[in-house]
Amino acid sequence: METPTNTETLLGGYRVLDLSEFGSLLCGKVLGDLGADVIKIEPPGGSPTRNMGPFYRDTPHPEKSLFWFAFNTSKRGITLDVEKADGKELFIRLVKTADIIVESFHPGYMKNLGVGYPDLCRVKPDIIMTSITPFGQTGPFSHYKGADIVGWAMGGIMGLSGDNDRPPVQQSHPQSYYHAGVQGAVGTMVALYHREMSGEGQHVDVSMQQSVVLTLMYAIEYGDLLGITLPRPRPSGATISPRGEPHGPLVGQRRWECKDGYITWIHLLAGGSQPGMVRSTKELVKWMEEEDMAGDLPQYDWSQFDTATVHQELVDHQKELFKNFFLTKTKRELMDRAASRGILLGAFQTTKDIVECPHLAAREFFTEVDHPELGDTIAYPGAWAKTSEAPWKISRRAPLIGEHNKEIYEKELGISKDQLAILKNRGVI
Amino acid sequence: MERQVFENINIADFSWVGVGPQTARELAEHGATVVRVESHKRLDQLRLIGPYKDFEPGIDRTAFGACFNTNKYGISVDLKTARGQEVGRKLVMWADIVCDSMTPGSMKKMGLDYESLKKIKPDIIMFSTCQFGQYGPYAQLPGYGNIGAAMSGASYLVGWPERAPAGVHGAYSDFIAPWFLISTLIAALIYRKKTGKGIYIDMSQIEAAITFLSPLILDYTVNGRVAERMGNKTPCAAPHGSFPCLGENRWVAISVSTDEEWEKFCQIMGNPDWTKNGKFNTFMERKKNEDELNNLVGEWTKTYPPEQVASMMQDSGVPAGVVENCHEDLFNDPQLKHRQHFRFLDHKVIGRHAYNAPAYILSKTPNHIFKAGPTLGEDNEYVFKDILGYSDDEIANLLVEGVITTDADLS
Repeated sequence: METPTNTETLLGGYRVLDLSEFGSLLCGKVLGDLGADVIKIEPPGGSPTRNMGPFYRDTPHPEKSLFWFAFNTSKRGITLDVEKADGKELFIRLVKTADIIVESFHPGYMKNLGVGYPDLCRVKPDIIMTSITPFGQTGPFSHYKGADIVGWAMGGIMGLSGDNDRPPVQQSHPQSYYHAGVQGAVGTMVALYHREMSGEGQHVDVSMQQSVVLTLMYAIEYGDLLGITLPRPRPSGATISPRGEPHGPLVGQRRWECKDGYITWIHLLAGGSQPGMVRSTKELVKWMEEEDMAGDLPQYDWSQFDTATVHQELVDHQKELFKNFFLTKTKRELMDRAASRGILLGAFQTTKDIVECPHLAAREFFTEVDHPELGDTIAYPGAWAKTSEAPWKISRRAPLIGEHNKEIYEKELGISKDQLAILKNRGVI
Repeated sequence: MERQVFENINIADFSWVGVGPQTARELAEHGATVVRVESHKRLDQLRLIGPYKDFEPGIDRTAFGACFNTNKYGISVDLKTARGQEVGRKLVMWADIVCDSMTPGSMKKMGLDYESLKKIKPDIIMFSTCQFGQYGPYAQLPGYGNIGAAMSGASYLVGWPERAPAGVHGAYSDFIAPWFLISTLIAALIYRKKTGKGIYIDMSQIEAAITFLSPLILDYTVNGRVAERMGNKTPCAAPHGSFPCLGENRWVAISVSTDEEWEKFCQIMGNPDWTKNGKFNTFMERKKNEDELNNLVGEWTKTYPPEQVASMMQDSGVPAGVVENCHEDLFNDPQLKHRQHFRFLDHKVIGRHAYNAPAYILSKTPNHIFKAGPTLGEDNEYVFKDILGYSDDEIANLLVEGVITTDADLS
């Protein structure tokens, strides 16, 4: 194995073959935006992910899926039917040029085709193969089907989500496979570092269910330590915090309505022994005082606000004052003042708010990506991290169907035009 | 112990709360030596939020504070003192990676910002992670993941269209950002190996979390459509949602997408007459009459325990799963057991309790989780003596001067 010498990007020179689909495509995007040479392999005719909406200008078309655009940045694209003998042969030739394979087929699919991890090791001993599946490669549920909502449910977060008088809810933009995809990137990077140090490749076996379990914050710890299942919030936006006897559970507002939407400000974190919290609440109360809406709040000593012992009546009394104040302000007004005075609140931003957010604009978060065949340039969410060297970059828009077939099959693998025509005719590419 | 991937990597972890500590933890679980710097004078917020052992508050009694710090060596140093900063710099000289998750500017006040550290250790890799990133109009607003979850769009999109948003559970962006950061950090280690160059990483946790809504952001930038809550609906499946089952607060999630899945689904229910109704014949009809469909499905599911519905469905190839609670369900989940997801470690004060394993299993270098999150200052002796080379006398002096902190002021 040779370490690539390309240093314009963090992962310049590493090659990834991406056979994954849907949300798991995020794995390859992470590697690609960090500079790896990612080749997305689609079945002839195009990937099923291309059917995922929303679509460019609401025109359903395999070359216009915004879902496809979003998670295939910085990838080249070829078509290949790995199930056909000739396709498998081409795939194996490509594996010899690659460092990493990413796939999201159900467990056993690759093996049955003769391209499982042990098979690929024989072709390329130091290959890293990352398999992203709902439940992992082995185990009692490994054969289970995994819709995104199933991962959300079995990963534990769904039971904590939604109003407590209605069924548990998903995130309206399903998230489970993204969690699995980004965990795939983490596992791949750990494996890549190991290969750099030892020359040894390995198989990375990712579970979507486990990826979702890692979002639960302290819910597992409540179950483990205290035997408590945390409840879903109330429709009013209040959450119920478990407490021991004699005080019992404490209900505190977390979501507040404002003039043009909603914000988060955690009343139960308004004080106590954290100087930052006390400062934040004092600033908020000062603002309320300026507008004659603070009531008796200025007299209250926030350092004494101990949620272990505070009475529900006091919390409810304060809540009314905060509630009435927030209703007089817009999200933007609240954010601007919060940012300049250190008040620990945040707006429930819509996608429109995000795109128009002055802070994100000042950081030049959005990045313009050219789509010449659409005659358009589209603003994409940008870097998840800015680096002082070799910066994150979308090096190209998502590939068209078979866009790089010629580049890779003809130029790189030396397959003639005639042979390509035959392979096309046989439905291999 | 088997070889560990990062066994030659040292990390000086000055970060606190969620994202920074989780990032260092991931490398610690694969062999990196991580020294976590805390102080009694400026307590990590997660030491002040439960769940506490037996509901009794205490800075060493909460599992929340412990669970992101497996395998780390914990020290207590007052970095506001000159000698504390000297300790900080000594740690940096020892380290390959420096972690910061404080409000922008805090590290600079202590002389521990990247520009200063680069002068004493040119190839240092450092990350700073916070809600809003290091610059920009909101950069100085400190905050927690509930703010990140809201500002990144996640909170608005959980719940029912005709109601106020329920909000996403917890500090959601805290559980997205670390994975992007770890990937970038390891890429930086590889880059340093190739070039000898250090790197500074500026991460806004909100920006990282927005990645998880990318198609919806494009839907706005391209089509001008603002994403709204959809309850449990999704364009490509019906029925799709969580359905009531036998027992209190018991639910099963089901997603029926293809015609084949629909046929199987009907068979499992015993092909009741309503499934033959024209209102549910085709996918488009099922979508149109989805609310009625969901009610009918719920009438059936509520006569079974969720486990039974899930296994009947899955055995026939219909995606379904128990809405698992974070107590008995997850801990008894046979698949999570098979993958050894929960690891039980002995914490000095809490006793034996559960920690999460990573979501991936590496075939040749499995993670090794051996040390519970440290109590505050638990490893002072080991770190000051064995890692930093201080003598007993020097350590005694640091204690007397209050550079090594021992008591929290919780008044």
